[in-house]
Amino acid sequence: MGNWIINHGLSAFILVVWMGINIFLFVYYYLFYDQGPQFEYTRELLGSALPWARAPAAVLNFNCMLILLPVCRNLLSLLRGSFICCGRTMRKQLDKNLTFHKLVAYMIALMTAVHTVAHLLNAEWYTNSFQGQYGPLAGNLSMLDDSSELKTTYLNPVRSNSTTPTLLVFTTIAGLTGVVITLALILMITSSMEVIRRSYYEVFWYTHHLFIIFFAGLVFHGAGRIVRSQQVTDPPHNTSFLLTDFIWLNPLLQTWMWVIGPMIIYLCERLLRFIRYMQPVSYRKIVIRPSKVLELQLVKPGFKMAVGQYVFLNCPAISQLEWHPFTMTSAPEEDFFSVHIRSVGDWTEDLIKMVENLPEGGQGPKMAVDGPFGTASEDVFDYEVSMLVGAGIGVTPFASILKSIWYKFKDSDPKLRTKRVNHAMVHFDKDTDIITGLKQKTSYGRPNWDKEFEQVRQENPSSVVGTFLCGPQALAKDLEKKCVKYSDVDPRKTKFYFNKENF
Amino acid sequence: MGKIEWAMWANEQSLAAGLIYATGGIVGVAGQFRGWQFAAFGIAAGVFVCLLEYPRSKRRKGTSVERTGQYCFTVCVKAFGPLTRNYYVRAFLHAALCVPGGFMLATVLGCVCLGIASLIYLSAAIHGEHWEPILPRTEQPKSVGNSIKEPPQNPPPRPPPELRRKKVDKLETAVYDNPMSVTINE
Repeated sequence: MGNWIINHGLSAFILVVWMGINIFLFVYYYLFYDQGPQFEYTRELLGSALPWARAPAAVLNFNCMLILLPVCRNLLSLLRGSFICCGRTMRKQLDKNLTFHKLVAYMIALMTAVHTVAHLLNAEWYTNSFQGQYGPLAGNLSMLDDSSELKTTYLNPVRSNSTTPTLLVFTTIAGLTGVVITLALILMITSSMEVIRRSYYEVFWYTHHLFIIFFAGLVFHGAGRIVRSQQVTDPPHNTSFLLTDFIWLNPLLQTWMWVIGPMIIYLCERLLRFIRYMQPVSYRKIVIRPSKVLELQLVKPGFKMAVGQYVFLNCPAISQLEWHPFTMTSAPEEDFFSVHIRSVGDWTEDLIKMVENLPEGGQGPKMAVDGPFGTASEDVFDYEVSMLVGAGIGVTPFASILKSIWYKFKDSDPKLRTKRVNHAMVHFDKDTDIITGLKQKTSYGRPNWDKEFEQVRQENPSSVVGTFLCGPQALAKDLEKKCVKYSDVDPRKTKFYFNKENF
Repeated sequence: MGKIEWAMWANEQSLAAGLIYATGGIVGVAGQFRGWQFAAFGIAAGVFVCLLEYPRSKRRKGTSVERTGQYCFTVCVKAFGPLTRNYYVRAFLHAALCVPGGFMLATVLGCVCLGIASLIYLSAAIHGEHWEPILPRTEQPKSVGNSIKEPPQNPPPRPPPELRRKKVDKLETAVYDNPMSVTINE
């Protein structure tokens, strides 16, 4: 149990806090609309469907605010840099940004469902009230109109006998924007299913831009101000009769206050990517490696990197809008940076084909570079003992680290804490390591992890061992379990911290 | 977007549409809305679409990922032959099923989603895609090769049983792991 706390404790805590805020918002706003005296008359028309619609609306405001933040990678990089003081556990949370983004998206989907169902009921009951099906009080309330002499505003958005719920929805701002943004949300979700994302990234990425419509509609969704309340009198009056001489209030348009901040931050993020896109990048060397791997050595003025960081590449000749992440395989001590690109999908295949058709020694297609962005590998040097596990193309970050260690060792860098580096590369090349060019014979095949961990534990008692993985999910699960299994809460014994990077 | 199989996205979209159609229908019927008959139709159509779309098609290229427990659905859908194989039929079917949903607010969202799914299926059909069932691979019986005509005459050379089994205390230097645990008393 203690081992689980070391490795997952902070994530679980953050999730609990997030869920707690959601529950609090839901219950608070439910009670606000269910019991608040200023909604007495609105409730007369709608019953409990009013709080059932408003409570998820509050949760939606909160989550729509949150959803843009985990995908602002430059912001996260900034936070990561400023957390250097706060310890690696905090920074590890930033690695899980995409998981959090998906979680928030699911919550938005769920709350949208509840909100929509409640409003379906509302639309129907507003219509029925107007047509007098719920008795004289409801009927009279429905007759209230926007009138400046009488100082009243309408309570029931249905204003005529011929209005049906469908017509109500499509002739009000709230209804129309509601339908449009729900549709956008559904399309975004169906195209981001794992199956589609892994196979046809373009469909996912282009459809996901519907979020622009989503946020635009969301901000104007309440502009019609149809949920109205009345001024509360003191002493409270008998609400079974309708008194006509008090002031009806229009609600405050709230959603924009929640989402404007993150929208601006995201806009800055996209602007930054565009600026980086305009900066010139030149090729130093292009090499096509076996097993359809392309190595690009690039030079960009003013570019600074740290070990194991990754960059996003954009090639306008292939696709204007797509940015794809690649780990850098060069060390910061070199005067260029390199990436190794494996042929996986449309974009990478097109790039390799384009490069194969280049004349000897020619410059490659125009390439834009965004980044560099930090990963868990930056922390490799913080641990006394590091275990680096790379599978397939996942060996790339560790190539960078090993090269950097070599340079640091060569230059006798006093800051090098790392005393020992164990690495296991799981790939199928035989002789010299193709990526680092080091003569260290890599042992290939699948290691027996229990053996490896046991061995490391024996050789390094009372050490904190950082385990770094870049590879497939299945391997990640396996290693994570082993880290938990072989860690000890006792500070005198070995502790394994698991870090993973995977796109 | 050259190599996309549109049917995959159409499948996800129509499954979602079926669920939304059915949910809208349930709300309409339960709330006894005006026009609840359309809602009742929505439930039936939504459930039908979900059942039809649950089994994923086999992909033309690459690995197909099955949905949990989809095999029995695959068998049912396969039984309809060309009606379910052809995506033009599916596009038309979805278009037809979605129309009654437009007459009532609760089912309008299901109607639009199913309509969009119908359009994506139309695109898939135009690109020549069709539905292919994912069936479990039957194990080929291992055919005996021609070279096994004469079995070996002598048994392979082996040390006597006492030396054969690995000692427990020599595990660390062992070249490989035992698949089963070794105890001294065995």
